[in-house]
Amino acid sequence: MTETSIIISGFGGQGTLFSGQVLAYAALDNGKEVTWIPSYGPEMRGGTAHCTVIISDEPIGSPLVRNPDVAVVLNLPSLDKYEYTVKADGVLIVNASLINRTIERENIRNIYIPANEIAEEIGLSRMANMVMLGGMTYMKPVLTLEMIKEALSEHIPARHRRTLPMNFTAMERGYAFAQEAFEKVTA
Amino acid sequence: MSKQLLKGNEAFAEAAIRAGCEGFFGYPITPSTEFLEYMAKRMPELGRAFVQAESEVAAINMVYGAACTGKRVMTASSSPGISLMMEGISYLAGTEVPAVIVNVMRGGPGLGNIAPAQGDYYQMVKGGGHGDYFPIVLAPASVQEAINIMGVAFDLADKYRAVVHMIVDGNMGQMMEPAELPPMRELPKKPPNWAVTGAKGRKPNFLSSIYIDPVEQEVTNLRLLKRWLEIEKNEVRFAESGLEDAEIAVVGFGTSGRVASSAIRTAREEGIKVGLLRPITLAPFPEKRLEEISKQVRRILVVEMNSGMMLDDVNRVVQGRVPVEFYGRMGGITPLPDEILDEIRRVATNRMPVNGDARQQWITRLEKIVGGQA
Repeated sequence: MTETSIIISGFGGQGTLFSGQVLAYAALDNGKEVTWIPSYGPEMRGGTAHCTVIISDEPIGSPLVRNPDVAVVLNLPSLDKYEYTVKADGVLIVNASLINRTIERENIRNIYIPANEIAEEIGLSRMANMVMLGGMTYMKPVLTLEMIKEALSEHIPARHRRTLPMNFTAMERGYAFAQEAFEKVTA
Repeated sequence: MSKQLLKGNEAFAEAAIRAGCEGFFGYPITPSTEFLEYMAKRMPELGRAFVQAESEVAAINMVYGAACTGKRVMTASSSPGISLMMEGISYLAGTEVPAVIVNVMRGGPGLGNIAPAQGDYYQMVKGGGHGDYFPIVLAPASVQEAINIMGVAFDLADKYRAVVHMIVDGNMGQMMEPAELPPMRELPKKPPNWAVTGAKGRKPNFLSSIYIDPVEQEVTNLRLLKRWLEIEKNEVRFAESGLEDAEIAVVGFGTSGRVASSAIRTAREEGIKVGLLRPITLAPFPEKRLEEISKQVRRILVVEMNSGMMLDDVNRVVQGRVPVEFYGRMGGITPLPDEILDEIRRVATNRMPVNGDARQQWITRLEKIVGGQA
């Protein structure tokens, strides 16, 4: 069955919910079935926020999973929470800017992306979520970078539209970072 | 119109508007609040009525008053808010005026929590308010199904002058899914002939739920009951899959039915002959179809996000023809596909009769899981 489950988790304000929505829009625009479901506990700024995105070629039953194929973790509490839930042979994308430990699991593919540093180089630290999304797209190409960029450009709120080129750069940098890291390993 | 990515609560609200809802009266409560927020923005744009009332009690009485004018009206709330509305809901039923009431259910009892649950089954399906009345209860399982059923909800409310509950849980209210909205329906040119609209040039109509004379009340009760029997005959709705050759039938509604469908897909890949019956109308309950199924399968597994409430209705229909087993999560926990898959596997290999009470045995299994989490 071609179903991919992705959890994106971080502090409230890091844009985890929105980056999940961008993925969901890209899935929809490319003819996939998709569900997006947020955590909606009594959370406040600085607390954790996560969403689960499921992308499939078939109608989706459960919008929630115990063991996702992919976890994108933007802060340490999220790594602690999801490291051991990712499926064997699954993918873990770690924001190395805010997470100062390495992972313990060995039976997953992972990458450490200094997402905040990369975002700051581009000029906006809030873009860390898009750097991570770019890195994820390399590690788990369920949708292409072009599809995700297209979706973002369609659905970005009007008040943020001027940041679109920076968002694109952030995604490309994240993707390139993952690609380089892996080509180095396999070279 | 093509599919859009829509958030549950907002999609339900827009679907209600397109079904001709002309008045919304409510009070915010998580996880249903986006419904009210959306209405607050959209209804005035269309010149329709929106009031954020001072309480749920006020809101339902505004619904009551507005329903008497023959317009399509509604409210949306979540479990504790619905409890506050129960008196008014009984008055609506007693006065025989139509209204649609959406319950985005959360963990309880009491203040409970804001996580998704199905613990309001008894309250919704068995009436909840006082007196002899019978609400229609719809339980969709996806954003698209809820959009589609919203139009049906208003049609049924009008057709039977009845209270229609649409119940979903917090998952459904909060999630986004691709869905297509129907076109905007035209509003009716004339109010129904029972409505109170000023009585210019005609005999006044009188709407009330007071029948001081018990004889008159009983006549009313009989009318409501006969109308309900018509509803039972005509309005049963359900979805099913994989039951043609099934040896095991899973019965679940809303989110738990939908989570079960994931587990069933995997179980089928493992060669287990299992199918799903997902009631869309919980009242009237799909009794005839369930009875047929109970004569075909070897075992039934009921899955819910409560302590086994629909289980009682399934047992009532199955009448011991085959063993009925139960798996539920409570308090705002959504069961995950792997839990239900384990249950299906267990049920598939168990050829013994259920020795004793299915709910009691489920408690023993659940305590292991809950104990493990503590």
